[in-house]
Amino acid sequence: MRDFSYLRADNIEAARNAAALPGAMLLAGGTTLVDLAKCGVAEPATVIDISHIEGLAAIDVGADRAIIGALAKMSHVADHAGVKSLFPAVSEALWQAASAQLRNMATIGGNLMQRTRCPYFRDPQNFPACNKRAPGSGCSAIGGVTRGHAVLGTSEACIATYPGDLAIALVAFDAEVDLGGRKLKVEDFFLAPGATAEREHDIHPGEVITAIEIPGSAAARRSTYIKVRDRQSYEFAAASAAVGLELEGDGRTIRDIRVALGGVATRPWRARAVEDALKGKTLAEDTVRKASELAMQGAVDHGANHYKIALGPRVIARAILKLGATA
Amino acid sequence: MTVHDMKHADSDSARLEAVGGRLSRVDGPAKITGAAHYAVEQQLEGLTHAVLVGATIAAGKVTAIDSRAAQTAPGVLAVLTPDTIMELNGASDWLGNPPTQATYSPLVREVTFSGQHIAAVVAETFEQAVAAAALVKVWYDETPAIVDLSDRRAGDGIPIDAMTKEWGDAEAAFAEAPVRICTAYNTPREFQAAMEPHGLIARWQGDELTIWEPSQWLDGMARTYAEWFGVPFENVRLVSPYIGGGFGSKALALAHSAVAAAAAKMLNRPVKLVLNRPQNFTSYGGRAATRQTVAIGADREGRIQSIVHRGVNETAVDGMWVEPLGSVTSIMYATPNFSSKQNVVRVNTVVPGAKRAPGENPSAFGIECAIDELAHELGIDPLEMRLINYAEQDPHAKKPWSTRQLREAFAAGAEAFGWAKRSPAPRSMRDGHQLIGWGVAAGTYPVRRAYGEAVVKILADGSVEVESSSIDMGQGTYTILAQTAAETLGVPVEQVSVKLGDSHFARAGVTGGSRLAGVMTGAVHKAAGQALDELIGLALSDPASPFHGLQANTLHVRDGRIASPRGEGPELSIAAFMRAVGRDHIEARGDTVPANFTPEQRYNNYTTIATAIPHTEGDYSRHSWCAHFVEVHVDEDFGTVRVSRVVSALDSGRLYNPKLAESQWKGGIIMGIGQALLEEGIVDRRHGRIVNGNLADYMLPTNADIPDIRTISVGIPDPHSSALGGKGVGELGIVGVAPAIANAVFHATGKRVRDLPITLEKLI
Ligand SMILES: Cc1cc2nc3c(=O)[nH]c(=O)nc-3n(C[C@H](O)[C@H](O)[C@H](O)COP(=O)(O)OP(=O)(O)OC[C@H]3O[C@@H](n4cnc5c(N)ncnc54)[C@H](O)[C@@H]3O)c2cc1C
Ligand code: SF4
Repeated sequence: MRDFSYLRADNIEAARNAAALPGAMLLAGGTTLVDLAKCGVAEPATVIDISHIEGLAAIDVGADRAIIGALAKMSHVADHAGVKSLFPAVSEALWQAASAQLRNMATIGGNLMQRTRCPYFRDPQNFPACNKRAPGSGCSAIGGVTRGHAVLGTSEACIATYPGDLAIALVAFDAEVDLGGRKLKVEDFFLAPGATAEREHDIHPGEVITAIEIPGSAAARRSTYIKVRDRQSYEFAAASAAVGLELEGDGRTIRDIRVALGGVATRPWRARAVEDALKGKTLAEDTVRKASELAMQGAVDHGANHYKIALGPRVIARAILKLGATA
Repeated sequence: MTVHDMKHADSDSARLEAVGGRLSRVDGPAKITGAAHYAVEQQLEGLTHAVLVGATIAAGKVTAIDSRAAQTAPGVLAVLTPDTIMELNGASDWLGNPPTQATYSPLVREVTFSGQHIAAVVAETFEQAVAAAALVKVWYDETPAIVDLSDRRAGDGIPIDAMTKEWGDAEAAFAEAPVRICTAYNTPREFQAAMEPHGLIARWQGDELTIWEPSQWLDGMARTYAEWFGVPFENVRLVSPYIGGGFGSKALALAHSAVAAAAAKMLNRPVKLVLNRPQNFTSYGGRAATRQTVAIGADREGRIQSIVHRGVNETAVDGMWVEPLGSVTSIMYATPNFSSKQNVVRVNTVVPGAKRAPGENPSAFGIECAIDELAHELGIDPLEMRLINYAEQDPHAKKPWSTRQLREAFAAGAEAFGWAKRSPAPRSMRDGHQLIGWGVAAGTYPVRRAYGEAVVKILADGSVEVESSSIDMGQGTYTILAQTAAETLGVPVEQVSVKLGDSHFARAGVTGGSRLAGVMTGAVHKAAGQALDELIGLALSDPASPFHGLQANTLHVRDGRIASPRGEGPELSIAAFMRAVGRDHIEARGDTVPANFTPEQRYNNYTTIATAIPHTEGDYSRHSWCAHFVEVHVDEDFGTVRVSRVVSALDSGRLYNPKLAESQWKGGIIMGIGQALLEEGIVDRRHGRIVNGNLADYMLPTNADIPDIRTISVGIPDPHSSALGGKGVGELGIVGVAPAIANAVFHATGKRVRDLPITLEKLI
C-alpha cells in the first residue's frame, strides 16, 4: 500500500469533481477498496470519502419501483420490509452475500463496483500477467487454477468470474443504475471482457453512482435467489440464480419469467433463452429442467470449472420449481 | 504472566474448584473484554517494524537484489538481504540433534519454495516498511520445481524404515483372503490457519534477548534463539502470555523469528515482525499432503485376515517431515497379518509441520474409510464390523491396553445417535432433494508423557500462586492448574492465581501431542503437595504456631482454613496462621523428573522431545479413543454436503475439567468438518505457489456449517497414563471425523469420495 491523499466529499458535486482527477478513487464502505489496496491491486493517488454525503442512503420502495441510494448498506436493504415483500430475490441475494460484518459496512454502490475474485488478479507481486490489471500483459489464470472461473462470456483476454450476488437479481428485473447525468440498464453497465478486460463497468471518470432503480413487477414480487457453494456462508457462488415468476390465472401457465445467473459468467448473466423457452408453457419439472439447460449455450470451460456447466442449469431449475411450488 | 480474577468466572457446578469440576475458563473474561494482551501487542519504546520480501519462484537462485530504492525510502532503517544480515550459528533440532551446518541464514539465495524469505525491510513505521518492501527488486535464475505428490518427476520418494510395521505374512494372507478390498485415499495440504498470525517482538539489552512471541514451547524456542546467537540459555527470555491458536504450528522458532531477532541486534532497537496472512501460508508448514493405499483381506464373516498399508507424504527439498500414516492402521483392529510402509517425497514447499493429530489424523482417514468399504462389500453393518474386529490388546506392541473404552464409546454413541434405525442401503434415506447419510468412524491418539515441574507459593494473605513456563492457547491450562492447586492445598479456587508463558518461570516442555494437561497437573499436584507438607510441618513445629504442642501428627486444610483432623485445638485461616508464625510465603518447587537425571538431562527434558516417554513403555499400551457418529445432507442436484448432526463418544480417561474437555473435543470435531468438506491448499502447478493463501479463499467452516454437536465422555481414570488419571484430549476429537463424514456421504449418495475435501463437483 503506498501513500495517498484523503479527501472527504460533503456533497455529490464535490465528489464528482474530485473523482475526475487522475488516480482518484471513491471510498464508500471500503470493503473492496481497502482490501485491494492491501493486495497492491488498487493504488489510488487520492481517496475520496463519499460515506458522509447526506441523502444517498435512502431506500424508497413502492409497488411500481424501488429506488435504493448508493450509500444504503447491504444489510439495511436486505432487511427492508418493502424489499423483502416486493423484491424478495434482491433481499435474498444480499443476505447470502459476504458476511454479516461486511454487509454492515458495504454499500450498494460499492457492491456494483466490486472486482473479481480471480486469485491471479489479486496477487500482482507473484503474478504480473493479468489483462484486467495491466492491459496486454496476458492472463495468468488460463492454464492455472480455474475452479472458480467463468464458463460464459469469456474471451481470450480474461475468464474472470463476476463475483457479486445483488447484480444478478438486478439484471433479472431490468434494474437501472443512476449515474447522476445518465441512467442505464444494470445489464449494460457491466461489460464483457472481450479484448478490453480492464473495462468492467460503463462508468466514466467523474461519474458517481447515486442510486439504483428497480421496476416493480409480478415476477419481482414472486422471486427468489438461490446460491450454491461449498460453505454454507461467507463464500462466493459456485453458481447462483435469480428467478422471478408470474403465472396465468390457471396457476400453471407461465406468463412472465426472469432468469439470471451468477458465479458462472464474466458479468451478471441474463438467461433470455431460458425465459423464451418457458413463456407460455405449463410449469412442469421436465420442461423446466430442459429449458434451464439453454442457459449454458456457448459455455466454454477450462477444466476445473467444468462442473459449472452442469450446476448452473440445476440451480435455475430449482429456483423456478421452488417458486412454482409456492403458488 | 498474568493473574486472573477468578471471581468473574462463570460457574455451573457446585464443586467447581475440584479437579473434575466444570469451572469456566478463568482467562475467558480477559479475552472477551480485550484486557488480554497478546505477545505482539506489547508497547515498547523505540519499536521498529520489519516486513519480509518473499521469493516469487518455487525453485532456483537469487542472482541479484536491488535494494537501493527501498534503502532511501522514507523511514527505512535497514534492508537486510542474504549478504547483509548477520551470520547466525546453526541450531540443534527439536530432538536435540546437533546442527548439520555451522552457520545459518534465515534469508536465502537458494530458493526451494515460493514465498521463502529473501530480504527484509526495517523501518520506523509498519506502513513505511510495507511500502519500502514493495520497492525491493529481485532477479532469479529459475529452475523447474516439483510441485506436489502427483508430479511424475517426484518418483517414489525415500523409504522411511522407522515407519515399517509388520507381523505375519501380510501379502500372502491378503492374496488368499476370500474377501478383499484395496483402495487409495488422499488428503491435501492443509493449514493450521490460527486466528492469531505468527509474529514476534525482539529486544536486545546487551547480551540479553527478550522475545515476545506466541509459543507452544517457550523453553524449546529459547534454546534455539540462544544457539543462533551464541548466548547462554538463561540470557533468553521468551514471553507468551496468550496464544491465539497454534494447532501445532507455534512450537518452533522459525526463519522469520531469526530475521526479527537479528535485525534487533544489528540495529540495537526492538523490532516487531508479524507475518501477513498470505505469509502465514508459506512461512511454516501445515499438514503435509498424503496418499495411502489400504488393502484388507477378510473372511466371509468379516474377520480381518490381513492389512497391507502403504503411505506417502510430501516433505520439503531442504527439510524432513514424516507424517506417520500407519499409526492408527496398526492398532485399531485385530489382524493376524499386517504390513505398513511409508515413503516421503521431496517437493518444493516449506517444510510441512504438525497440525492437530499429525499422523493419526490422515491414518484414520485411510483405515476408517477402508473398514467401511469392507463392511459394505460384506453387507455387514459398519458398527458391527468394527466390533467383530475389536482389538482386545495392542496388536502391534502386543501389550494390554492401559484402558480402552472404545466398545463403550461405540455403544454410547450408537444409542444417543439412534444408529439402530439406520437403513443400510446407500441412497435409501432422503428428505426432498436432500439425500441423508449416516456414517461412523473411530479415532485414537497415543498418551504422550513427559516429566514436568512447577512452583507453588502460599502467600501471606493465604492466596496461592502457581508458576510454570507452560502456556495456555485456549485449551485451559490456567484453569485446570488452578483447580489442581486448589484441590491439593484445600483452598478455594478464587485464591489461586496461575502465571504462565514466561520462560523465566519453572521450566516446561512442549505443549503438543496432547500431553500438557497430564504432565502439568502431575507437577502442580506434586509441588502443591510439598507446599502443603511444609505448611503443616511448620504449623506443628513452629513455637509461634497456635497448633504447636497439639498432640496431632498432621493437620487438615479445607476451604483455606487449617484445623486438626479430630477438631481439637484452634481452626484458623492460612492468612492468620502466616501472621502468627511471621512468614511472608512458603514456596515449593515440585517436579516429576527422575531423581537420577543429570542437569544436562533435565535441560534436554524441557528443550527437546528426546526424553518423552513412549506410550508403550512398560506393561501397557496407552491411548485415548473415540467414536464419531455423523449425519449428512447431500443435495442431489448441487452436490453440496452439510453435516446435520454429530454425536461423539470419547475416552480421554479422567477429565480434569469436563467443560474444557468438551470444548476441545468440539473444536477438534469442527476442524474435522472443515478437513472433510472444505480445507485444501490449492497450488498453481506452473508456479508451485499456493493461490488461496488467505482466509476468504482457504475455506474454514463458519458457524452456519456447524450443527449441534453432542459429546459423551466414556473415559475412566487411567492410572498408567498420568498422575491424576487423564489421557489426551486436544487432538483426539479430530481423529476419525473426516472418515465418518466420508462414510456418511457414501451412505447418502452411493458414491465414495476418497480425496479430501469432499467438494460439490466430486458429487455432481
Ligand atoms: C471477504 C469478502 C467476501 C465477500 N463476499 C461477497 C459475496 O459473497 N457476495 C457479494 O455480492 N459480495 C461479496 N463481497 C463484496 C462486497 O459485497 C463488496 O466489497 C461491497 O459491496 C463493496 O461495497 P463498499 O461500500 O465497501 O465499497 P468500497 O470498497 O468503498 O468501494 C468499492 C469500489 O466501488 C467504488 N465506489 C464506491 N461507491 C461508489 C459510487 N457511489 N459510485 C461509483 N463508484 C463507487 C469505489 O471507488 C471502489 O472502487 C465480499 C467481500 C469480501 C471482502
Ligand atoms: S482471468 Fe482475468 S482477472 Fe484473472 S488473471 Fe486472467 S485476465 Fe486477470
